[in-house]
Amino acid sequence: MNCHNPVCNMTIPNGSKKIVLAGNPNVGKSVFFNALTGLYVDVSNFPGTTVDISMGQYKDNVVMDTPGVYGVSSFNDEERVARDVILFADVILNVVDAVHLERDLFLTQQIIDMGIPVVVALNMMDEVQRNGLKINIDKLSKELGVEVIPTTATKKEGIDQILEALERAKVGNRIPKVKQLMDQVIDKVDVEAEALLVVEEDENVLTRHHLDNQHGQREEIYNLRRSKIDNVVEEVVSQTNQGASFRTKLGRWMLKPLTGIPILFFILFLTYELIGVFVAQTVVEITEEIIMGQYYYDFIMNLSTHFIHQESFIGQLLIGEFGILTMAPIYLFGLLLPLVVGFYFVLSIMEDSGYLPRIAALVDRLLTFLGLNGRAIIPIILGFGCVTMATITTRLLGSKRERFIATMLLGLAIPCSAQLGVIVGLIAPLGGKMLLLYVTTIFIVFTLTGTILNKIMPGESTDLLIDLPPIRIPILKNVIKKTYLKSKMFIEEAGPLFVLGAIIITILQYTYALDAISDALAPVTVGFLKLPKETAQTFIMGIIRRDFGAAGLTGLASKGLLSPIQVVISLVAITLFVPCIAAIMVIFKERSWQESALIWIGSFIISFLTAGILAQIML
Amino acid sequence: MTLDTICKGQKLEIIHIPDATIRAQAIRLGIYEGAKLICSEKLPAGPIILQNRMQEIAIGRNLAKKIAIQSIS
Repeated sequence: MNCHNPVCNMTIPNGSKKIVLAGNPNVGKSVFFNALTGLYVDVSNFPGTTVDISMGQYKDNVVMDTPGVYGVSSFNDEERVARDVILFADVILNVVDAVHLERDLFLTQQIIDMGIPVVVALNMMDEVQRNGLKINIDKLSKELGVEVIPTTATKKEGIDQILEALERAKVGNRIPKVKQLMDQVIDKVDVEAEALLVVEEDENVLTRHHLDNQHGQREEIYNLRRSKIDNVVEEVVSQTNQGASFRTKLGRWMLKPLTGIPILFFILFLTYELIGVFVAQTVVEITEEIIMGQYYYDFIMNLSTHFIHQESFIGQLLIGEFGILTMAPIYLFGLLLPLVVGFYFVLSIMEDSGYLPRIAALVDRLLTFLGLNGRAIIPIILGFGCVTMATITTRLLGSKRERFIATMLLGLAIPCSAQLGVIVGLIAPLGGKMLLLYVTTIFIVFTLTGTILNKIMPGESTDLLIDLPPIRIPILKNVIKKTYLKSKMFIEEAGPLFVLGAIIITILQYTYALDAISDALAPVTVGFLKLPKETAQTFIMGIIRRDFGAAGLTGLASKGLLSPIQVVISLVAITLFVPCIAAIMVIFKERSWQESALIWIGSFIISFLTAGILAQIML
Repeated sequence: MTLDTICKGQKLEIIHIPDATIRAQAIRLGIYEGAKLICSEKLPAGPIILQNRMQEIAIGRNLAKKIAIQSIS
């Protein structure tokens, strides 16, 4: 079989089946996945994407989770991954949100049309009653032609029945016209399910089988499916009362600017208290200063000074000021890790509670000025965690134009959590005035750059079209799992680059190249930015990793070399300065080299220009 | 009339959605030509929120300008 798809090339034991979980976003699939697989789960990255899929075992069967999608096609990375996993499933456990049947059953019917045996878990039954809905489950099951099991996964209700039903999973009632269309192309594909995607004009599946899009019937099929599902929902769901629950109201308040903006600021304030104050100060003090800075540092120094001289080149490389055994792990695990964990924790809560899409709707208007739509708030928020990762997520934006603008803004004006921690530490003691000056400057640069790019870039940006899921209390276990997976992925990706950075810095320092570069930059730093010439060195370190630079400033400030205004000026320069080497690598990978070079040189110039103007005004 | 001119609380029927990709994405969320929905919220100069039972979808103002609708009572 010819396919570039880890799923169909996967070897599984004879007689065992591939059970695949599928469903819309935030319907509680992972609770079912955990119930099926227990503890031993393998999480792997799907090649060529940022999407992780979890795999585990249930009895002799392989169980695979998929990203939440509204349908099987290839509008984005998640859909492409879900599509490839679903296409080669033996049995599908389709988890649907009982409160949103008209949305969720579209995917259900699509899976049924593929001809794959399905069991439907009608989840969140507890909310059905609360919202005054009534669902005729027997009738639903009869209409779809598959077993429909009512569940409330968070309370473990219905899980046992699901496990039993999986043994009896069967192919449901396919739409006859769709089956007819599929039969015309069935000999052109490997598995029957692929025939559906051929007639639904899925580009990737067509290319894979070297087919032209001559069977294009997507619109007709979608219409047939829609009208079938609307009829089914009409027949099985009845509304017993109209009362809007508190959560519905809360969801509405989050949307309306009058209440939504205060709520957003309140949430951001809480986030700042948690990450900026508690993690960046209290936790980091323990992890960086004590655990890594004392215990680990003393341990590694005692151990290695038996073998090497700290003054030698090897000594400098391993345990010197920027050593790969000293500075690299101390910063990585002492400073970065707590911040990244804290950040992903907050983002996971926002995602699972249904708040994130409401922020997107709320800020949509503002982001359209920058040539983006509300959806771009996701990479922007993520950028405060890690610009490298955020740059990868710009893939979810609808056009090349938006991806360029978002990447530029991320590379330029969004400080990542590592850097943010150091910035907060430096600026907090200087008082509110300096903080305001810093924030205002960065905000102006951010807005101005976006607005100008939106004016001068050719083409058109896409518009917002986003599902607003109900507000729900996130399940702590899922939030922790997400946080763990994302933090782990981050350390794995950033760790090696961090070590590489430490090596480069040590070499530069040992060969006095750092001094040479900072001497060369000195006229600009001293003359235009009005900063001591040593700051140039921190800017150079900023390329290796942004927070190296910011951390270098901490050193200068503690030596009393910088006045408060100078701290702000150098922070502005270092924030706007080119992103860290990891982010640069990702930018070059995601964008064309011309665009990347433009972003690189652009942020270099804007950074020095802004800091210079600030210096000329303030000093 | 177009979707951006609808008032909050008004019922409407979608008449025409211009772009094929948008049509394909919207239909999965329950928005398609002939669908009857309620405008449950309208953010000032921002997105229009359409509701069908418990389902809510936010549509950017610029897209709303391109969607032809008729209001129903």
